[in-house]
Amino acid sequence: MKKRQALGVAVAAAMLAVAGTAAAQTGKPYKVGFMLPYTGTYAALGNAIENGFKLYVEEQGGKLGGDPIEYVRVDDESDPAKATDNINKLIKRDQVDVVVGTVHSGVAMAMAKVAKDSGVLMIDPNAGADAVTGPMCAPNIFRSSFSNWQPAYAMGVEAAKRGYKNAVTITWKYAAGEESANGFKEAFTKGGGKVIKDLTLPFPNVEFQALLTEIASLKPDVVYTFFAGGGAVKFVKDYAAAGLNKSIPLVGAGFLTDGTLDAQGEAAQGLLTTLHYADGLTNAKDKAFRLAYAKAYKLQPDVYAMQGYDAAQILGAGLAAVKGDKSKKEAMIAAMEKARIDSPRGPFTLSKAHNPVQDIYLRKVVGKENVVQGVAVKALADPARGCRM
Amino acid sequence: MDPVVFLVQCLNAVQYGLLLFLVASGLTLIFGIMGVINLAHGSFYMIGAYMAYALAPWVQQLVGGGFFATLACSVALSVLLGYVLEWIFFSYLYEREHLQQVLMTYALILVFEEMRSILIDNDVHGVSAPPSLAGTVPLGELMTYPVYRLFVSGVCVVVAAGLFWVITRTRLGMTVRAGASNREMVQAMGVNIKLLYRVVFSAGVGLAALAGAIAAPVSSVYPGMGNQVLIICFVIVVIGGIGSIRGALLAALLVGFVETFGTVFFPQAAGVLVYVLMAAILLWRPEGLFRTA
Repeated sequence: MKKRQALGVAVAAAMLAVAGTAAAQTGKPYKVGFMLPYTGTYAALGNAIENGFKLYVEEQGGKLGGDPIEYVRVDDESDPAKATDNINKLIKRDQVDVVVGTVHSGVAMAMAKVAKDSGVLMIDPNAGADAVTGPMCAPNIFRSSFSNWQPAYAMGVEAAKRGYKNAVTITWKYAAGEESANGFKEAFTKGGGKVIKDLTLPFPNVEFQALLTEIASLKPDVVYTFFAGGGAVKFVKDYAAAGLNKSIPLVGAGFLTDGTLDAQGEAAQGLLTTLHYADGLTNAKDKAFRLAYAKAYKLQPDVYAMQGYDAAQILGAGLAAVKGDKSKKEAMIAAMEKARIDSPRGPFTLSKAHNPVQDIYLRKVVGKENVVQGVAVKALADPARGCRM
Repeated sequence: MDPVVFLVQCLNAVQYGLLLFLVASGLTLIFGIMGVINLAHGSFYMIGAYMAYALAPWVQQLVGGGFFATLACSVALSVLLGYVLEWIFFSYLYEREHLQQVLMTYALILVFEEMRSILIDNDVHGVSAPPSLAGTVPLGELMTYPVYRLFVSGVCVVVAAGLFWVITRTRLGMTVRAGASNREMVQAMGVNIKLLYRVVFSAGVGLAALAGAIAAPVSSVYPGMGNQVLIICFVIVVIGGIGSIRGALLAALLVGFVETFGTVFFPQAAGVLVYVLMAAILLWRPEGLFRTA
């Protein structure tokens, strides 16, 4: 009966398996610690953020506020369990002046907690957890990307404007999905619509067929969704294969169609999404950024590269104000708060909780691009619920 | 629930269950007959799917393309991979403790994931279904059902029937069953048990790769896809009874129904329902539904 005893081991180990699979200059250099995913599913995002950040520093001649910039990097493996150790490595061992990270919201939450306690400067270049600039907010924590609430709220406004009355939301049952669905619901209800059902499935389950059948039987006017990566590809394809795209419009937060259009192909054509960045923006800054990035890295930049670039801009604004004197931390933070960032996405300022106050674009999938259709909501500020600062 | 919707949900459940069976059948064979806990089984599913994606351009060049040629090519290569792996790696695991097997095959997962990252990349890719199966059939008022999904179910049924026939009606099946219950005795009767194991192992890998390749057009291919099916497949093997093809089929369908109706009726608890089912069945029949060896 040895095999039977082994079952426990096998199942436990199988669960483990799922959980598992995840440089240097003087004038006193300013030390930047990247805590980003360099391996695993989000590796490409981590690299894009670092590239974007370095591009801005290079454009300033390798210096911010007159100080040369020195980099240290730690691979966070998108593993929340290792997050506290990893950020402590940067703070205590490498003695960095600022931590830039990360992609995964769970890891970012752990980082924000350490940053809040230790007082080290932190810039979040992607993770959208509302709490980072909500209950976890602190004078030394900044974000150059978005909160999950922002694109979702903008889509709610847009859907109500288009005259949809009944909506169904569908997402994974985890924090980002729920924050996004709630953001949509808030704006959609305010605009006179009604969310008749919130459909969820456990993360990262991708067997959507049962819920698609449920949507077909509910017959809403519109379906709002939050999925990213592999889940986004499969959901969009399944939605089209089930024939629902012909009868019930599908809308979502921009991640539904960002970096996934190659794989989604025909199924994604015409989808409407909202995000703080888009293809086909006409501002001069975006054109220059895309050109410089393509030249430096032989790659087209994406939203993540742009967020990395802006993280460097926010830091640059602070260092410029104190002329590189990092002991004047308060003056530096005050300058960062007041900065008006000339971002490729269009200029933005920071809210009191240090989240970008930005235009959220309405985009439509045309070919392999998310082409801008207009601004869904201008200068949208995250409500920063729970932030006492 | 309106009867049409109910029927469509049943179809969803059966279809999902059959696909799970295809992966789990290979696992239950390897686990039941050789006694090796193979955590890397999910990786074979992933390898099948990535082959369906990556081999397509090559097959295009060599024989002018075609989804079925790619499929055949992926399965053939995986069987070969299975054969070699058994030879140089797994054959050394049979006599080891289960904990060592778990550690070694877990390491294999990491190796395969890293190789995937180096050889292909970390992006999500889509595989298109063959044009002959790209159509849909209308179902209910709004929904249509992709023909390709029905095709997948058809293949699963054929494979299930074929496996059942081989195991119960052929000489090979007989030696396989005998080898599972008493290895030494079979050896004493003059059967080359090493070769037999090698064949069974390659077949198991082939089944997982077939499942991956055939599921690729509906599931798309992405990093970590193998680990997702691994757990659910272990659950199926345990519920069905280790080594039992019949048990795996029944258990896969059960899991298909529980997952499908679970996500519809109890979305709050959908994540745990399958495990509750497993616990209940193990309390009732600790050996699983059908225990052969």
